This record gives sequence, structure tokens and C-alpha cells, in this order.
Amino acid sequence: MSGFTNIQTTAVPLPMEDIDTDQIIPARFLKSTSKLGFGENLFRDWRYNAAHEKIDGFILNNETYKGEILVAGRNFGCGSSREHAAWAIGDYGFKVVISSFFADIFKNNALNNGILPITVDQEVLHRIFTAIEENPKTTFDVSLTHQTLTVEGGKIHITFDIDPFKKECLINGMDTIDYLISKRAVIEKFQQQHIVY
Amino acid sequence: MSTTLFDKIWNKHIVEQIDAKQIILYIDKHFIHEVTSPQAFDGLRQRNVKVFNTSRTVGTADHNVPTKNQHLPIQDPLSKKQVNQLSENCKEFGVELFDLHHPNQGIVHVIGPELGMTRPGMTIVCGDSHTSTHGAFGSIAFGIGTSEVEQVLASQCVLQVKPKQMRIKINGQLQRGVSAKDLILYVIAKLGVGGATGHFVEYAGEAIESLSMEGRMTVCNMSIEMGARGGLIAPDQTTFNYLKDKVQPEGIRFDESLTQWKKLTTDESAIFDIEYEFDAADIAPMVTYGTNPGMGIKINEAIPSTSESSNASVDKSLNYMGFNKGKILEGMPIDYVFIGSCTNARIEDLREVAQYIKGKQKAENVEVFVVPGSQLVAKQAKKEGLDKILASAGFELRQAGCSACLGMNEDKIPAGKYCVSTSNRNFEGRQGPGARTILASPLTAAAAAIAGKIVDVRKELN
Repeated sequence: MSGFTNIQTTAVPLPMEDIDTDQIIPARFLKSTSKLGFGENLFRDWRYNAAHEKIDGFILNNETYKGEILVAGRNFGCGSSREHAAWAIGDYGFKVVISSFFADIFKNNALNNGILPITVDQEVLHRIFTAIEENPKTTFDVSLTHQTLTVEGGKIHITFDIDPFKKECLINGMDTIDYLISKRAVIEKFQQQHIVY
Repeated sequence: MSTTLFDKIWNKHIVEQIDAKQIILYIDKHFIHEVTSPQAFDGLRQRNVKVFNTSRTVGTADHNVPTKNQHLPIQDPLSKKQVNQLSENCKEFGVELFDLHHPNQGIVHVIGPELGMTRPGMTIVCGDSHTSTHGAFGSIAFGIGTSEVEQVLASQCVLQVKPKQMRIKINGQLQRGVSAKDLILYVIAKLGVGGATGHFVEYAGEAIESLSMEGRMTVCNMSIEMGARGGLIAPDQTTFNYLKDKVQPEGIRFDESLTQWKKLTTDESAIFDIEYEFDAADIAPMVTYGTNPGMGIKINEAIPSTSESSNASVDKSLNYMGFNKGKILEGMPIDYVFIGSCTNARIEDLREVAQYIKGKQKAENVEVFVVPGSQLVAKQAKKEGLDKILASAGFELRQAGCSACLGMNEDKIPAGKYCVSTSNRNFEGRQGPGARTILASPLTAAAAAIAGKIVDVRKELN
């Protein structure tokens, strides 16, 4: 996994609330045994109709809206634990997702795949949607190092929270699995005195 | 210091504190299935590492399996590949597997408890959000993503931040015809689909204590539907009786286990981040009207005209379902009834359905299928003659698997059709593209199958 660098980009707004992982990637597309290619089916049933034609009006089919940030309504990523949802978002080209809150498992899955979930107040989220509505070319600066999100050169400027360990992992592209493998001796010691009744 | 049931289990599984928040949490039992594990095994191969502790992981094929003609090869080539991949991975890495032809095969959250693998005081994970089911035994059980599946395979641990804690008390007793499923749908409707996000929930109170283990599993199963990391219930005599005849861990007598399990309670003065209390008498048979499990109403209530969610989200949802605000679902004709899933496919669910439909016939306008949660549930149902009762009522009894809960295998509901389902999610397209899901209890589903429409099962029981 390569490290997360600071980005400057435009954003795609999806103001629906409670977007579940079945919408992000429907179960019938989970049959792959690799992590690649899920972007093609991101929001599949919102993007395409049963005849596989693009659905007009869905934001990803609208050429006006582009960028590496997805902005979504509250409780994004609820439902299933499928990491395929994070893989689909990343594979499509999003590096950041902004919402007023995220479902726990999705948030972890995103972080484990180099995607930064940024939680903002409901009011800030509303202002971000308005800014994009007024100008689809609104630029967003995300600095993970400083934990700041700046919209249109200062129109909105906030700091966001991230767990220090996860931040370090993201910046250095560090892998949590390698980290745990490096702890095997300590775990082995724990395991020897641990009893399951 | 006073501690909760959750604290007591959590603290016993901390291997190391990494920083102020992150810990390395030891996992006692890891369940895997074919959908969320292949990429994790690939990761192990790329790193050239073995499974750290093969005795603590067990696999089964459930999401992709057909529920008819399981003796024949799987038709869908991609499903077949994924199921075969699981077998190959388990063989290569030395992990125990209950494959499609094994007598213990079934939905991962049904087989763990019935095989005695799910026990009080344990930490349990699986690459599946409904892992919360196992919390019914007084264990910390939660769903994880595939990267975390790989963490567990590689180290028997996951990196975790301690969640906040919530307690939900249900006082008093449930009415006749109202079940554990109604109880949890009621709670989710009250809290909302994100109402418990960031929290682990302990369920308590008289109504919870009165539930069977199967009922408790139904409640804990749906904790994730209000965003909770998991849900758990303190083990008691009901739990101990369920586990009495199950296989014990090697070298540990049942009375030794019992002594430890009895310590698993929340101290009286323990403090939760948030607490809710509800009155069991206020709970009625529940149905959902929208496209998330929080959009639930009592059977005799109308679809609300106001909501905390934005108008656009609610309108989209109602439009998908073909409903209007103010509509009452009672009396509405339906097309399908699905009785199954990790929420309601245990033997008790099948017994309840069979008892209700005995001597009755399904309505002509409805197609009904019942999918047992495991091969053992199917075997037990046959032994008790439930298969005959189902067949004579026109209910099709299929073979074990996740079936129409998630639209991944052959079992799907056609676009635009209404299905009363005992599963856990009514998301858009969950049961197949365009399918319209109405979540309900097994009893309400059975009553709908007989009547051909949504009915208040309490009236039918009188």
C-alpha cells in the first residue's frame, strides 16, 4: 500500500443518508477472489438499469462532477462488513470520503485500504453540499499531516480527528498485518497463559 | 472499580496496548466463509506466512451455496470457484472446514452455537457483520473486514479501539404472538439505523432474560442494523442449559467452565455511556416499510409522515417500495415469503412456523420457501416431522445456506415483488435487483403465507 499524500481535488456529492454497502457494491458482484476491478460495479444499481444502460441523473453519470473525494450523507457505509465496498471506492478513484458519520466497519475497512474517511459536523456537511451545488469545480485541500480540510481556499476550514496509529499507517503506507506479524512472539506468550472456558 | 460484562471479557483479551487508543486484541474463535476470506489467504501467500493458530479458525461455505440439489455441482461458475477456493485455502493452510457436503455445514452464525464453539467469555470474529449473533452467549463477537480476517489468520489478533458501551433494558414480558424478532425490530426503529454506531450493546431486563438462546441470538444478530459493533447478553441458566451437552474444550470440565461463566455479569454500579429502557408490553408484531431496518412500524401503524432522515432519502426509499406516507401495511397482498437467514433459521424458528401452519394451507398468490440454517437444523426438522407439516401446507423446504437473504446465490426475489422475509436487511436490491423486502418475525411471515397478505398474527392466534 502506498502512503497517503495530501491532495487537492474536486468532489462528487451524494447527499443520500444511510447509504449501505449493498448499494456501494451489490452482493452479486462479490464473487471475485481478488481485490481488483470492483470500481466498475461501484453503486451498480444506481448507475445502471436492468438493461445495463446508464441512469441519467445519478451523480457518477454526470460529467459535471469529478474528483477524488466522495461526499455522502450521514451514516455512510452501514450494513455488511464487505471490504469490497472500500475496494470499489478506491478502485473507482476516490481517496477520501466525507460524511457526518460513518458506520464502524466501513471506516476501518477504508483506513485499511488507504482511503481516508473524514467526519465533519452535520452543519459543515450541509455547507459542503451547498458549495458543490453552487460550483461543481469547488476545490478541496486535504492535509492528513495537519488533519485539515480546506474548501475553496478557506471558505470552509476544519480540522478532523484520526486515530494517531491509523494516521501513521496511512502516511507511511504501513500495513497492519505486517505490524501484527512482528508481534507474534508477544502474542505467543499471551496465548500460552490464556484459557478459553 | 465497577466493570461491565463487556469490560470483563475485553480486559482478559488485551495482548498489548499500542497507544492511548489502539490495542492488540486476542481472538478466541475465528469463523470464515467463502466470500470474505479468499483475498486474506492470498495475502498470507504473498507474505509467505502460515496461519498463526489453525485450531482457532473454522470455515464453512454458506453465502454462495445453492439450496436445491446440493449433491450436484454448483451451476454458477463464479460461485463454484469461490466455494472451491475456500476448500483449497483451508486444505493448504490446515484450517478445519465444513464444506457443502459436510454434516456440520450451514450458515456460519448458526453452526458456531449449535456445535458448542460459541461460548461465554470468548472473543469471536468473522468477516461478516452478523457475527454479533454470538454475543447471545455472553461473548464479545463482531464483524470484521477482509484485512482484519488476514490480521487474525496471521496473528490470532485484531487491532482495535475500545468501543463505547450502551445498555438496552426491556422490562416486563412480551405479548403472545410477539417474538424476539419483533423486539429487536422495535428497538432498531426507536434508535434508528445509525443509533448505536460506535457502541457495543448489552441487552438486559426481564424480557431478554425470558428469551430462549435462539431468541437471544435473533436479538444480538440484528445489533449491527442500528450500527452497533455488537450486542451481548449476560450468560445465565438458560445459556448454561444450552451448553451442558455440547463438546467441552479439551481438558476442561463443565463445572470449571460454569464457575468462570458465572462471573460474567455487569456490576450493579457499572456505568454505560448511554442507556435506554423500553417496556415489553409496548412491543407489537413489527414490519418494515422502507429500505433500511430502522424503517419499521407496528403492524397496525401507518407509515410515518415525518422522519429524522431527509425527505430525499425517505422519498427514494418509499418510491422503491411502492408505498406512500400514511399507508397501513396490514391487509396488503404479498408475493413471496422467505423464512431463513442467520437471524431466523434455527430449529426453534422452524418449530414455531410449523406449529402455526399445521393443518393450514398457504395462499395461492404466495410462493413460500423455508431454508434451514444448517444441515443439523434440517436433520432435526426431519426428525421432528416438521418437513411433512411444511410440505402439506405448500411451504417448500430447501437445503441449508444464506439463500434469499442477500441475493448472491440462485435464490432471489424478482423485481417489483413483495417478500415478507425473516432475514435482517431490507436494503434496495438486497434480495435481488428491484426486490421489495418487508422484514418480519417467523410467526408474522408464516401468517402472511397462509393469509396471502400481511396480517396481525395476534388476531390469528385468538
